[in-house]
Amino acid sequence: MDTQNGANESAVNRRTFLKGSAAAAIGAAAATGFPSIVLAAKSSKSYPALGTYPAGISGDTAMIGIISDLTGSYSADGEDLVKGYKLAIKHLNEGGGLVSKVPTLSGKGVLGKKLVYKIGDSETKANPAVQAATEFIERDKAIMICGDTSSAVVIALEKLAQREKVLFFAGASGSNDTTGKDCQRYGFRSQPSAYMDAKALAPILKKELGSKRRAVYLVPDYTYGTTLYESMKEFTEKIGWTTVNHFLAPVGTTDYSSYLLNIANSGADVFVNIEFGNDAVASTKQAAQFGIFKTMQMIVPNISSYMPDGVGAEIMAGVYGTQDWYWGIAGNKAYPEAAAHSKIFLDDFLKEFNGVYPRWTAHIAYDQTLTWADAVERAGTFYPPEVIKALEGGHKIDLCLGPVAYRAEDHQQIRPVPVLKGKKPSAMKNKDDYFEIVGMTPGHEAVPPLGMFGCHLPGST
Amino acid sequence: MNWHLIAAQLLNGLALGSILALVALGLTITFGLLGLVNFAHGVFFMVGAYAGFVTFQYTHSFGLAVLMGALVVLVVGIVVERVVIRLFYRRPPEDQILVTFGLAIVIVEIVRAIFGGKTQLFPMPSWGMGATNLGFLVYPNYRLQVIVIAAITLAAIYLVLYKTRLGLIVRAGIDDSLIVNILGIDVTKTLLAVFVLGAMVAGFSGVIDAPIVAVDPDMGASVLIESFVVVVIGGLGSFSGSILGGIIAGEIISITTIWAPDYAQVMLYLAMALVLILRPQGLFGTEGRL
Repeated sequence: MDTQNGANESAVNRRTFLKGSAAAAIGAAAATGFPSIVLAAKSSKSYPALGTYPAGISGDTAMIGIISDLTGSYSADGEDLVKGYKLAIKHLNEGGGLVSKVPTLSGKGVLGKKLVYKIGDSETKANPAVQAATEFIERDKAIMICGDTSSAVVIALEKLAQREKVLFFAGASGSNDTTGKDCQRYGFRSQPSAYMDAKALAPILKKELGSKRRAVYLVPDYTYGTTLYESMKEFTEKIGWTTVNHFLAPVGTTDYSSYLLNIANSGADVFVNIEFGNDAVASTKQAAQFGIFKTMQMIVPNISSYMPDGVGAEIMAGVYGTQDWYWGIAGNKAYPEAAAHSKIFLDDFLKEFNGVYPRWTAHIAYDQTLTWADAVERAGTFYPPEVIKALEGGHKIDLCLGPVAYRAEDHQQIRPVPVLKGKKPSAMKNKDDYFEIVGMTPGHEAVPPLGMFGCHLPGST
Repeated sequence: MNWHLIAAQLLNGLALGSILALVALGLTITFGLLGLVNFAHGVFFMVGAYAGFVTFQYTHSFGLAVLMGALVVLVVGIVVERVVIRLFYRRPPEDQILVTFGLAIVIVEIVRAIFGGKTQLFPMPSWGMGATNLGFLVYPNYRLQVIVIAAITLAAIYLVLYKTRLGLIVRAGIDDSLIVNILGIDVTKTLLAVFVLGAMVAGFSGVIDAPIVAVDPDMGASVLIESFVVVVIGGLGSFSGSILGGIIAGEIISITTIWAPDYAQVMLYLAMALVLILRPQGLFGTEGRL
């Protein structure tokens, strides 16, 4: 706690440097920007002001700024995401859940600070998201920001986080660019990237569907869609498939009929639907009406949280895809590393939200918030560069997926990728039992080689 | 050249256009006849879809769902008109935009609070299931039926507005309310009737469109924008213009998709921009009608 108290003495504006703190000399050095200040600061266990540190923790609380899609095409996923954050913050403040399984976490806040939060609506667009996050940083001195379910928004928030020197944890974001060419020192992502999804999926597709298939793609027209298309194309062509064509559609399209006619006419026998959220529901529903599934097998490389609810189990039956996490892992003997902790999360979530099942977006929120808290505790300070070091150190945390860690070079979490297949309605044990788990590709097998997507992390100060 | 695909897209453009014309019709009525810029139009579409969804859950009757979709929006329309809209008929368009935009936010959030943000599963009515093989393509039955439903609805509303005594009073009341008042007819009732009619058509088309699109609280937003595009292309206040505008918009989207699917939406707005530059009143609009 010394570290905070030392820094607290200077009630600092984000952009002004230290004044009259424990060591005025350190402040002077900071103003001149010499790297030596970090060392100097560290040795005296007191850190210079940076981002919202220490202003954000000057009281008894630490504020988390949550950005989510409360409206817009991805809002169902956004709702689930928010539930995950709420449960994580509750457990961190009051104990319970997986907090009791992480030795560093006390259940009495983080470093003694009670966590508070605010939620901002991104409307699935970068501008409102950046506006809300900026307000959280400027006005509320948020010590950490997190969230959203669109890669385009997540990347905008990552850039903001880097500029403002406030840590950011991505919600749902599948684009290769998130931890590729747009990677940031202040941004962390736990969801498998497009590359990881495709690499995990391909061997199972080869085994189940053979190696002489012709695929046509429906692609949302932004970084998530285009990078997932490229990765799927790469890995399915490696197993012998032909890519017949792909069609880009804007996010929020309501009627896909003209695209679907092209798809029906393409001569393909596999329909790879990359659409997400409500767009995935609309396009799939309409594809069924066009009779596309009579001649084509559907693959959804990254299945949105509520897609099965929107299109119905009949259509999802036999569909292959991946999800960041699926509640069927809970208590599943085939996955002993993840089963017990997933069960704890599942049970607590069901209790907290009156029997509503968690989806993978809630899992991302829950696990990452605990991972951040653990890193802060291990660093012994909220000072962002120290927390980043704790996260980059390769320390594994054992939550819903078994022991996992972020890769220091690009901040992609190395974690297993669950591969799923839609169950027939007759095989479902309850109304949320949409999938069977047909594979769990280990993280180290799925991750792209370092540097493949052009990540160069900028500095932390 | 794949003639099958071109023929298929031409037909699809017509189907798409008839849905667009239907959802734009309610806007044409309030926009064209009342001169009211109604940004809550998309919300009536959404409320209709949800009312239909709930009705279908309990009754499994698509007919009742359509009826309830229209009736619930009728009630919502009356409340909204009496409480808010009637005060804004004579206010400048920017005031109308602000108040109806605000109304839309409130109603969308109420629906979200009740149903949540996730997409609701609205099944296809049994008579709409399946697809027909037309030789050059397999086309969903329901979309073919929607062309017919849209045509009948458009014709019925045209007859009411332009061929009946009631329609005559409505149009006269809007053209010169003073004279109509002197003749002993209550114009405020006329305005209410027109507003509610526009809302009901939106609610009706919400249920008709629900088995095709994703039913979620934000579904009205894109409908609103497309409706404005259709009305601008076809011409403000022109009944036939909104039908033609709908079909033109549908065909632009479909035909562009054959060669450049990523430009389909862009072409639609390009067409709208061209109309605004070359013929600001729209293809069938009359100058100074508003």
